[in-house]
Amino acid sequence: MSTRLFGTPIKRKEDPRLVTGGGRYLDDLGHDALAAAFVRSPHAHARVVDIDADDAFELDGVLGIYAHDDLPGKVGEPLPLLIPHPALTHGRTGYALAREEVNHVGEPLVMVVATDRYVAEDACQRIRVRYEPLPVVVGIESARDGAAVVHPDVPGNVAAHLTQVVGDVDAALATAPHTLTLELDIERSASTPLEGRGVYAQWDDERDELRMYSSTQTSTGVRAAVAAKLDLPLAKVECIAPDVGGGFGVKIMHPWPEEVLVPWAARLLRQPVKWVEDRREHFVSAAHERGQLHTVTVGFDDDGHLLALDVKFWHDNGAYTPYGIIVPIITATQLLGPYKPGAYRVEFWSLYTNTVLVTPYRGAGRPQGCFAMERTMDAIADRLGLDRAQVRARNFILPSEMPYDHGLLFQDGRPLKYDSGDFPATLNKLKALVGWDDFATERAAAVAQGRKVGLGIGCYVEGTGVGPYEGSHVQVETSGRVNVSIGLTSQGQGHETVFAQIVADELGVRMEDVFVTTGDTRKMGYAVGTFASRAAVMSGSAVALAARRVRAKALRIAADALEVSPDDLEIVEGTVQVKGAPATSMTLGTVSVLSNPLRYAFDEATQAATQFAGTFDPQKPPVAEGEEPGLEGKDFYSPTQATFANGMHAAIVETDPVTAEIRILRYCVVHDCGPMINPMIVEGQVHGGVAQGVGGALYERMVYDDSGQLLNASFMDFLMPYASEVPTIETDHLETPSPLNPLGIKGAGEAGCIPVSAVIASAIEDAEGFPITRMPISPADLWALRRRYAAGEIRPLRRASHPSESAARAEEPTP
Amino acid sequence: MSEVLHEVTLTVNGVRRTASVPARRLLSDFLRHDLTLTGTHVGCEHGVCGACTVLVGGEPMRSCLMFAVSAQGLEVTTVEGLGLLPDARVCATGQSMNPVQQAFTECHGLQCGFCTPGLLTTVTAYLDDHPDPTSDEARAAISGNLCRCTGYQNIVKSVLRAAEIRAERRVPDAAEPGERHPKPAAAGGGPS
Ligand code: FES
Ligand code: FES
Repeated sequence: MSTRLFGTPIKRKEDPRLVTGGGRYLDDLGHDALAAAFVRSPHAHARVVDIDADDAFELDGVLGIYAHDDLPGKVGEPLPLLIPHPALTHGRTGYALAREEVNHVGEPLVMVVATDRYVAEDACQRIRVRYEPLPVVVGIESARDGAAVVHPDVPGNVAAHLTQVVGDVDAALATAPHTLTLELDIERSASTPLEGRGVYAQWDDERDELRMYSSTQTSTGVRAAVAAKLDLPLAKVECIAPDVGGGFGVKIMHPWPEEVLVPWAARLLRQPVKWVEDRREHFVSAAHERGQLHTVTVGFDDDGHLLALDVKFWHDNGAYTPYGIIVPIITATQLLGPYKPGAYRVEFWSLYTNTVLVTPYRGAGRPQGCFAMERTMDAIADRLGLDRAQVRARNFILPSEMPYDHGLLFQDGRPLKYDSGDFPATLNKLKALVGWDDFATERAAAVAQGRKVGLGIGCYVEGTGVGPYEGSHVQVETSGRVNVSIGLTSQGQGHETVFAQIVADELGVRMEDVFVTTGDTRKMGYAVGTFASRAAVMSGSAVALAARRVRAKALRIAADALEVSPDDLEIVEGTVQVKGAPATSMTLGTVSVLSNPLRYAFDEATQAATQFAGTFDPQKPPVAEGEEPGLEGKDFYSPTQATFANGMHAAIVETDPVTAEIRILRYCVVHDCGPMINPMIVEGQVHGGVAQGVGGALYERMVYDDSGQLLNASFMDFLMPYASEVPTIETDHLETPSPLNPLGIKGAGEAGCIPVSAVIASAIEDAEGFPITRMPISPADLWALRRRYAAGEIRPLRRASHPSESAARAEEPTP
Repeated sequence: MSEVLHEVTLTVNGVRRTASVPARRLLSDFLRHDLTLTGTHVGCEHGVCGACTVLVGGEPMRSCLMFAVSAQGLEVTTVEGLGLLPDARVCATGQSMNPVQQAFTECHGLQCGFCTPGLLTTVTAYLDDHPDPTSDEARAAISGNLCRCTGYQNIVKSVLRAAEIRAERRVPDAAEPGERHPKPAAAGGGPS
């Protein structure tokens, strides 16, 4: 093998196509399809009294109007609960079209199918629905108090209640030299990919077959769910994820009501049907995440060592729980980050509200957990007057303690056991990158100019590459072209490139000869999906294993033909040759010809594989025992547990003394995802994650009013950061390999966004001199906090680095 | 109840196109669905994300905020047409790319690629007026386009790189068009 492609920042194979308008996203398909549009509830909670669609039927171009009553059999039954859990005692899912009750604004009630979307929307406007409004539950406090309930048969709005305990927390807290209790809140945000959801279905009436396309993170999941709903054999349903314009978690949820209804309508009407959501639909009917309230009680010694950590939190799961309680489980476990908590107890309540449902958004519960833990670390440092980085370092799990078993169950139902990582090294790199030890001077200079600056830090560990499995099929054509299929989908992570890099290395072929297909159930029927930073780990490993199988087979066949031992062969740039004697060789294409004994040649090259070509030993069967025709191989990777990546971020922020505007002056990232297949792509993932994190820290929140209306359901009002809001991101990497998989890799997709709210809060707190306990924070929020601080309603930090008008209060005893 | 249709004739990527559309047909839908030029994307349809940006008479416009009928007689360039501009070159994989397209592929300026067409058109027009931007100016130039994937770092880099490629490919005033153009391979190596 010549130069190794693994580890090189190779340009992406998908880009020439995507920059020239050659992308094929969902709405680029099916120009002649009928269009679906939906009547969605304008009420957050109401009984549906009556639906009158008479006027709508009169419109030219309307082909069908359907409400729940029209849905036959399983199509009309509740949507599946994807991830059941024993603690999810009151799991509830919605219907594809609401049955008698609507539980959030945006819930679909009626589907219209028409000749085009304009007409379909006209029809929706003519449909009159009468509602009888019911009491509305919005926000965690109102869900928790339980005076009104979302589902009448769910007392107190509690979908799930789960406690995990390691050690005797009460005893450890009772004897701890110091204790602190913090209330920490994170508000709702959402994945918000630039391309929304969409479904396009073609029904083949002659063959009773459905082909559907969905802008999804799991085509195998959609296929199985739709086959079940429509009572079709799996063999009669194919699902393809075309180019997908971003996912960030929201598209792992499935089946969306529309993913069931659009194929159903296509079969019913015997015509292709398509639905592509508009931006408002995405805001009010896809999924959100992040909303949680946390109470942390921590016990620690004089040096800042954790002795006990007692965490209670309340998770807003929205109106339904189709994705189970994955998000709060991740918070509960990943909150621990790189630290040894001492005795640990975590207890959460997952609560219903009359809002859009909650499913994982990049980071999936980790940003909240990280915020809770890192705020706690800062509070300990402040209480003891210690350096914040030092307190963290004192609690790190050390490399010598790996693998480290926390004694908890992770989101995959397996032990939370860290496999690798060198946290002290990561911290040292970060401190060097941001100039941690020199910041005091920097601050002094800023203060002298009347400016307020602060330094913040946040550390996290991320369980990546969760199972159960992924697979890959690798095939070499007689031309030497290598086809690679993986079942997992792509939403911009460069899968066509990184998996080609792995195959090119493993097989010894050129990058340009490798072609990767993702997320097409026709090519790979067994797959799980793209989430939890698992693609590189899971599919990367599967691709390597499958390519190794093909390599072994190629060597066997070539060894036979060249009459040498397979051990004497190597593959270089697509040619199998004798080591040290490269003249004795054959191309992989020729090996592919020989792998498939033919009766009929289809070109000159394949004549060598025909019966009278004299290339075969007449004593042996044409296909040797234990072999299959074709130069191809398939393999699966199924790990016993997740692999744990980690990282640490630091930021310097400046807050305007008058306007409370918050500016990030520097943002530094040190990240350890093991060996990087393509550092350019990893870096891109980190950048994108940090930008989303900045959005979550400073700008993005879902603003519901008390009646359950989402007040900012547009890009005008939901403030996603533009380039002007995202700072320059400085990165450094550490590559501690995972012992768990053949390539040693760990996931990277979500990392960037996990600690950002924690880091920014830490930095603002450092600049202002009083605790920040709620994120996101806007200038208006900060301004209000300053007023409360000035009025003595908020206690100051103890550390005395913040000369301000309120410095006098710094001596006040803390509660 | 059928809608009144209006005949619209405009020039798209140098080709005269005529179609009959209702007055309310958005230019974005017209390009995407009537002309099947699906390179132009829509991310919000309310003028905020910039994914739908096309050049109308060389100026960046949000095609979701224009009706097709209001483009009557105008010249529109979409992402599919950028490769036809004079400073486009054929790259190693066979596509013709203008300097901006080329730069985005070199600098990892895209991930999912959904926002990309709007950025490519925006930056193409920007560099026509500001051939040599600073990093801060490049950042300001793309600050009207939302990208949810990249965190913008590599888009800023792409703008700066595009300016370089553009300068490399620029025909000196005296030279005949087509002369002294560097080959695409010279423009930073091309996709590997
Ligand atoms: S689609 Fe036109 S600006 Fe977003
Ligand atoms: S590359 Fe995905 S939105 Fe920009």
